[in-house]
Amino acid sequence: MSHSHNHKLPYDETFQCVQCGYCLPACPTYQTMEKETHSPRGRINLVKMAAEGHLTLDELKEPIDLCLGCRACETACPSGVEYGKILEGARDVLASYQERKTSKPMRFAQKVMFQNVFPDSKKLRLAADAIWMYQRTGLQRVAHKGKLTHILPENLWAFEEVLPKVSSPSERRKRPALFHPPTGMAPRFKVAFFKGCIMDAIFEKINRLSMELLALAGCEVIVIPSQTCCGALHAHAGRRDDTMTLAKQNIEAFEKLDVDFIVNNAGGCGAQLVEYHHLFHGDEEWEDRAKALVAKTRDITQVLGQCELPLNKPIPAVVTYQRSCHMTNVQKVTKEPVDLIRQIPGVTFREMANPNMCCGSAGIYNVIHYEESMEVLDVKMGAVKDTQASVIVTTNPGCLLQMKLGVQREGKANEMRAVHLVELLAEACGLADS
Amino acid sequence: MAYSKVDQGILASLRQIIPDPKRLLTDKQDLAGYSYDASFGTYWPEVVIQPKNTEEVAAVIKLANAQKIPVYPRGQSTSLSGGPLPVEGGIVLDLSKMNHKLEVHADDLIAIVSPGVLTAAIHEAAEKVGLMYPPDPSSSAVSTIGGNLAENSGGPLGLKYGVTKDYVLGLEVVTPEGEVIRTGGRTVKNVTGYDLTKLLVGSEGTLGVITEATLQLIPKPPAAATLLAIFDDIVKSGEAISKVLTSGILPAKMEIMDQACIIAVESYEPLGLPVDAEAIILIEVDGHPRAVEEEIREAAEICERIGARQVQIASTAAERANLWKARKMVSPAITRVKPTKISEDATVPRSQIPAMFSRLKQIREKYQVNLVVFGHAGDGNLHPNIVADKRDKEEMQRVEKAVEEIFQAAIELGGTLSGEHGIGNMKAPFMEMELGTAGLDMMKRIKDSWDPNNIMNPGKIFPKPGQKLNLTEE
Ligand SMILES: Cc1cc2nc3c(=O)[nH]c(=O)nc-3n(C[C@H](O)[C@H](O)[C@H](O)COP(=O)(O)OP(=O)(O)OC[C@H]3O[C@@H](n4cnc5c(N)ncnc54)[C@H](O)[C@@H]3O)c2cc1C
Ligand code: SF4
Ligand code: SF4
Repeated sequence: MSHSHNHKLPYDETFQCVQCGYCLPACPTYQTMEKETHSPRGRINLVKMAAEGHLTLDELKEPIDLCLGCRACETACPSGVEYGKILEGARDVLASYQERKTSKPMRFAQKVMFQNVFPDSKKLRLAADAIWMYQRTGLQRVAHKGKLTHILPENLWAFEEVLPKVSSPSERRKRPALFHPPTGMAPRFKVAFFKGCIMDAIFEKINRLSMELLALAGCEVIVIPSQTCCGALHAHAGRRDDTMTLAKQNIEAFEKLDVDFIVNNAGGCGAQLVEYHHLFHGDEEWEDRAKALVAKTRDITQVLGQCELPLNKPIPAVVTYQRSCHMTNVQKVTKEPVDLIRQIPGVTFREMANPNMCCGSAGIYNVIHYEESMEVLDVKMGAVKDTQASVIVTTNPGCLLQMKLGVQREGKANEMRAVHLVELLAEACGLADS
Repeated sequence: MAYSKVDQGILASLRQIIPDPKRLLTDKQDLAGYSYDASFGTYWPEVVIQPKNTEEVAAVIKLANAQKIPVYPRGQSTSLSGGPLPVEGGIVLDLSKMNHKLEVHADDLIAIVSPGVLTAAIHEAAEKVGLMYPPDPSSSAVSTIGGNLAENSGGPLGLKYGVTKDYVLGLEVVTPEGEVIRTGGRTVKNVTGYDLTKLLVGSEGTLGVITEATLQLIPKPPAAATLLAIFDDIVKSGEAISKVLTSGILPAKMEIMDQACIIAVESYEPLGLPVDAEAIILIEVDGHPRAVEEEIREAAEICERIGARQVQIASTAAERANLWKARKMVSPAITRVKPTKISEDATVPRSQIPAMFSRLKQIREKYQVNLVVFGHAGDGNLHPNIVADKRDKEEMQRVEKAVEEIFQAAIELGGTLSGEHGIGNMKAPFMEMELGTAGLDMMKRIKDSWDPNNIMNPGKIFPKPGQKLNLTEE
């Protein structure tokens, strides 16, 4: 029975909720799934009821699984309910309960994924190499023609088509570990670059452009190899121990450096990094060391915003911005990206309706809960289309893929493109051809 | 009255009416989501139905009436009095998905809406054409118009503009026997027969299900200004309120916050309010720009004359929003002190506001409860709020007694149990105290003749024999 686990649920935190419902209009899944079960108020109440033994963990599972974790509800809540904590706590409990129920091979596969692949940049690089090969050799074209990819379930097949062109192994090998400001320019900041795991494999090009942009803006950029994955995906999957191991490795790696900032370019990673100290609550030594890292963590837009970029190539286009939930609701970085977009000559910035609503990507939610995610995306694309923008800017790899998928689903690949803000800035600085 | 259970046979009949399984919920985790509102207690429905149109509602109610199954209409469950709670099991009818119609007919100054439309959406639609729908509960971004109509909701603007019932011209209603009727119409003047519209507004879902409403809109006043006055003496602030109200000015809003609120707000987010002051009041006037300018100055002078320590006037929208920030933060700020909030809305005649304040002070001391007061001072609708911890049984028992005494005080001062939140199941035990036996009996007779099988939202408004206020969960 599941009761032995229920007492580990974050029960006390649920009492802060006064069930006022102020969070309902903010929740994307309440909007698309249309029932209380999939609202923040509903989920908090279900956690409470499960903790009290009125519901089993099996009954709790689906509503928790279907939460995007975008935490828009937290921002909307006047009573200061820490929904993020409740969600993570519930996920932890469900994960360890699930683990006992999951078949052995499945458990093994998950372990390999989470403990070996994500944190290991070498393995991810190999995967990227494989994708590169696949894209280069024309296998992709053959596969499409013969609808070979249809062997994959619809969701993965959909993503395969919007995957960016990954950098070649030699390009990646040649990337320096140190980037300098242009000659003659006095360094403004000394920064360490947090490269992420998926970001550095699939979106290596954006990472590279980020480093070049920072340098162009007058920063000395250091990329250390001893860093690892931020642990966000592990945390979302309820694998708290793995997350802590990764966090410790990152803390150790970065505290050795004497830098002004630790810069990341992925909303989701940044959100995980700025909450590292929550992981070590009560552990004096690690909590303090985590806090030191948190204090230096910045999104790339926060650093670029303080510098000056040579934006000398106009981009005449209507641009809209899909805000990453983790940037908005956790890191609370909202102004800097928009300011940067507006600085680009030629750009007409147009905010979409309900800009803070999640796009439905949410970590690997869009892979696991494909249909639910697409419903959220469809609402989002409606708002995007109303702006008549030809460029959708994002600041997170997950959102970027999702928006690319959105463009494709709408059949607008000829009129619209989705880019990372870094790509657009690089273009405006003459750095990229993208 | 013995009700039937929702068995397989009844579910099968319900499925004939609502074939879409997404709108007929029986999973335990789904039922759990419809077992609470913003007040107290957890009651599980047996089935939740999300109708999309009047025909579906009528068919469900017909079946429920024939089978003697209780039905509870529900908007977004922000009720503070237990309104939508399925206290006898049965069917919860979630009307928040009936939100397809929001027509503004600017030439007739009316809006026609379906019940699940959010109140804020009506505000927005009216403002787009230079009009205004005045009832403005603080929950307007979440609550449905159906819920507002059923509770006869009010808000800060109630002082000048009245409450929900003052803006309803006509209704479409499914009766407890499953018939569809229309009351009122789309004209401002309408005196044909009994005023069933007014009877249905505020009936808390006990007389039928509202499936459409015709609302009256008014021109939006072109200008507004707000002032904040700080008082060292709460009784003096009460005097200032009466003086302004009798000076020939009719403010749009007039709100008060006591010292405990000021402290709570300041410790949550410092806004520079003086924590040693006993009360602050906020006054807003609206209308023609020149009149607004003069009236706000006059109101400021009155406050100063009566003894305000400081008066601040704001006339741009941004400055005004800044002043209102403190008031808006009271509710969230106080729940950070302790997690359980018991929010009352006892209302007294305006002249009795100072007397009510001193009664509340006594209650606070007598029962040693965390009681703070804020609210709509201009219309006597105070919000005494007690913050407690519902896990602390002993404290909750003191709270129960304190709440009971708050109601008693309000009624003794010539006031009422509820200014805007309704009776629900929470205040039912005190109904006789306000209405007397005959008064309550008259209401009961109306209920009995509308709903002979008592299937519409049973357990609300009318107390069961021996029913007591209960704030602790079993
Ligand atoms: C933080 C907060 C602030 C609030 N501020 C205010 C305020 O300023 N002023 C105020 O007046 N109230 C206020 N309220 C109370 C509440 O928001 C109102 O009573 C609101 O009108 C309820 O709307 P709802 O859609 O949530 O309805 P519910 O809570 O779902 O239902 C309320 C009642 O209406 C009935 N009902 C709902 N829809 C229908 C229908 N279509 N036909 C028949 N009956 C129906 C239900 O059976 C129930 O009895 C506040 C509540 C909260 C939590
Ligand atoms: S995190 Fe996002 S999806 Fe989950 S309950 Fe909150 S608002 Fe809804
Ligand atoms: S989480 Fe916050 S906003 Fe949502 S119902 Fe609870 S108290 Fe209200």
